[in-house]
Amino acid sequence: MRIYFDHNATTPPAPEVIDEVTSRLAAEFGNASSIHYFGQRAKAVLDEARSQVAGLIGAEPSEIVFTSGGTEADNFALRGIADVSAGRLHLLASAIEHEAVLNTLKALGRHGCRTTIIPVDQTGIVRPDALAAVLTDETALVSIMHANNEIGTVQPIAELARIAHARGALVHTDAVQSAGKIPVDVKTLGVDLLSLSAHKFNGPKGAGALWIKRGTRLAAILTGGKHERNRRAGTENVPAIAGFGVAARLARAKLASEGARLAALRNRLEEGILARVPGTAVNGAREPRVPNTTNISFEGVEAESLLIALDLEGVAVSTGSACSSGTLEPSHVLRAMGLPTHRTQNSIRMSLGFGNTEAEVDYVVERLAGVVGKLRSLTRAGR
Amino acid sequence: MRIVVAMSGGVDSSVAAALLARQGHDVIGLSMQLYDQREGQPRFGTCCTIDDLHDARRVAAHIGIPHYIVNFERQFSETVISNFVEEYAAGRTPIPCVHCNGDLKFATLVARAEGLGADFVATGHYARVERDGATGRYLLKRGVDAAKDQSYFLFTLDQAQLAHAMFPVGTLDKAAVRRHARELGLQVAEKHESQEICFVPDGDHAAFLERQGAAAAAGAIRDIDGRVIGRHDGVHRFTVGQRKGLGLSSPIPLYVVGIDAVANTVTVGPRAALEQSELTASGVNWIAGVAPAPGARLTARIRHRHREAPATMTGIEGDTVHVRFDEPQSAVAPGQAAVFYDGDVVLGGGWIAKEI
Repeated sequence: MRIYFDHNATTPPAPEVIDEVTSRLAAEFGNASSIHYFGQRAKAVLDEARSQVAGLIGAEPSEIVFTSGGTEADNFALRGIADVSAGRLHLLASAIEHEAVLNTLKALGRHGCRTTIIPVDQTGIVRPDALAAVLTDETALVSIMHANNEIGTVQPIAELARIAHARGALVHTDAVQSAGKIPVDVKTLGVDLLSLSAHKFNGPKGAGALWIKRGTRLAAILTGGKHERNRRAGTENVPAIAGFGVAARLARAKLASEGARLAALRNRLEEGILARVPGTAVNGAREPRVPNTTNISFEGVEAESLLIALDLEGVAVSTGSACSSGTLEPSHVLRAMGLPTHRTQNSIRMSLGFGNTEAEVDYVVERLAGVVGKLRSLTRAGR
Repeated sequence: MRIVVAMSGGVDSSVAAALLARQGHDVIGLSMQLYDQREGQPRFGTCCTIDDLHDARRVAAHIGIPHYIVNFERQFSETVISNFVEEYAAGRTPIPCVHCNGDLKFATLVARAEGLGADFVATGHYARVERDGATGRYLLKRGVDAAKDQSYFLFTLDQAQLAHAMFPVGTLDKAAVRRHARELGLQVAEKHESQEICFVPDGDHAAFLERQGAAAAAGAIRDIDGRVIGRHDGVHRFTVGQRKGLGLSSPIPLYVVGIDAVANTVTVGPRAALEQSELTASGVNWIAGVAPAPGARLTARIRHRHREAPATMTGIEGDTVHVRFDEPQSAVAPGQAAVFYDGDVVLGGGWIAKEI
């Protein structure tokens, strides 16, 4: 038996998405920029997908620029704004952003931008006064993720955006972990730029988008032909984008029902673990949180060992950010929340999705209790 | 039987994993990440680098076993690297591989393996472990390929460690290992092997030690009669037997014959002054749990590439032993291991102590 509890890393594509991607790959080989019949067919596929993706976030189709994924969308937002913000060269991002934002910010810092990290509180939330304290009149862009990938907490984006706009800064939110899980509406959020990734909600890999509010000036980071209204050069990945559109349509249709189902499953998992396994605690605010995610620390157990032991039992989870060749650095998210080092190193993330069942949740709770007990008995034996 | 194989990405541990998997065991590959692999870090390492980790992963996928990278950076730094730095600072010549085997692979990794329900940890060492039918004790024996034998690096293993150790290539010679690798279609079949200390790939251990904070305190170079004949830039830059880099002009070749870290002095002398008929080893581990009696005949190896020399055990006090060689041996370096053999069997070994 294989159980997949790592949907924040990626999700299995929905059957409808697989059909869409494979049929478009076979039938629509045209270049969407071509004038002829084949090009027009491909272009029509992109238009349809653009409407579907715009529909998921309450946007206009013309505001959607397709990218290769969430990382490119984040790079596009930060680098694109930095490029046109002569005179306002201050960039802000929260301490718990995805590496796509944090490392891009670092790179821009090496190229003359001034950058500041906004701290989060111990529940993993950016407090409005923490943002206000670091905003300046030179701040060009504030980047704060909508939902965090490791702990699932949802930020008060609308309020933060109002504060940033009052100082003349633009606002970007990385909605890669919230889109398809909770309602994401660009008008309600009040932001200027928003990143999306298809494979986080049962779409294919290799497709994402940056929503750019009409009238927002930013430079292209991929230059070349006049694709995507001159904003992102490169022949469009038509099959993947078509699958992205279908995934967006499906996610929108079942947002409320699937959200409630996942929240019930996640809560069952969480309560089950807290009740069955001593020395456990949930990391981060339990509300507001995306319905599929939990991050739990297991006292005295190394997360790396727990993850491997669970995988050998057929249960796939993660230690947060998936980086097998990375460093021993504990999760920057848990650290930013001020958790002690030992706790940052004994925490695992479980993220549910379409297809997970109550029976799976109960099985995982059972296996976890056994595996954790065994690992702890070895630790106590002094090894 | 569930077996964890320590996969370095080299041909030996790859073949070890493949052979065990082919025998039908439930094999899990673990690769140890031992140092920071982030982009922009100065690349150090000829083993367990990011490329080696990728090689291990590809081999595991090829033979169809699960594979994980475990992060032992902290443990490696606390056990192997810190010992390496301290030993040089004390004027000795350390062997990090022994600590990596005894304190990491057959300690931390074994504990991990146990947590995963594994009965054994296998490595790609050229050595053999056998159970003595008469005593029930585990014996460590040299690998059948005399040129590749790595038993010297395993002398600290105790009975509990050997009880869970497997060396699948120890009964093969290197050519056979490569042949197996080719037959199994392993991508690493022709991979060259590392000879250096893995975390000092350029061989410049002095520069490495200085990056780790070794003090470059200048001091005197003296001849064997105590006369000052030159200056040095720190005792960590020297090792007994060293000839190059002394910065001395002399009608006869001069070698480092002694290092005194406390007095911050390096002593040099002619080749003959390097020769020693006796050695004292401390911290000795007798693998089968029984020390040979004084007067026992054995062979002693005083560094990895040393041709073992016949010797007699002359005395033993606790875990310290005295050994007299039949013929004087050159460059008996404090800090290196003296490993004692009876034929193919590793009796045990200890750390070469300074002559008083």
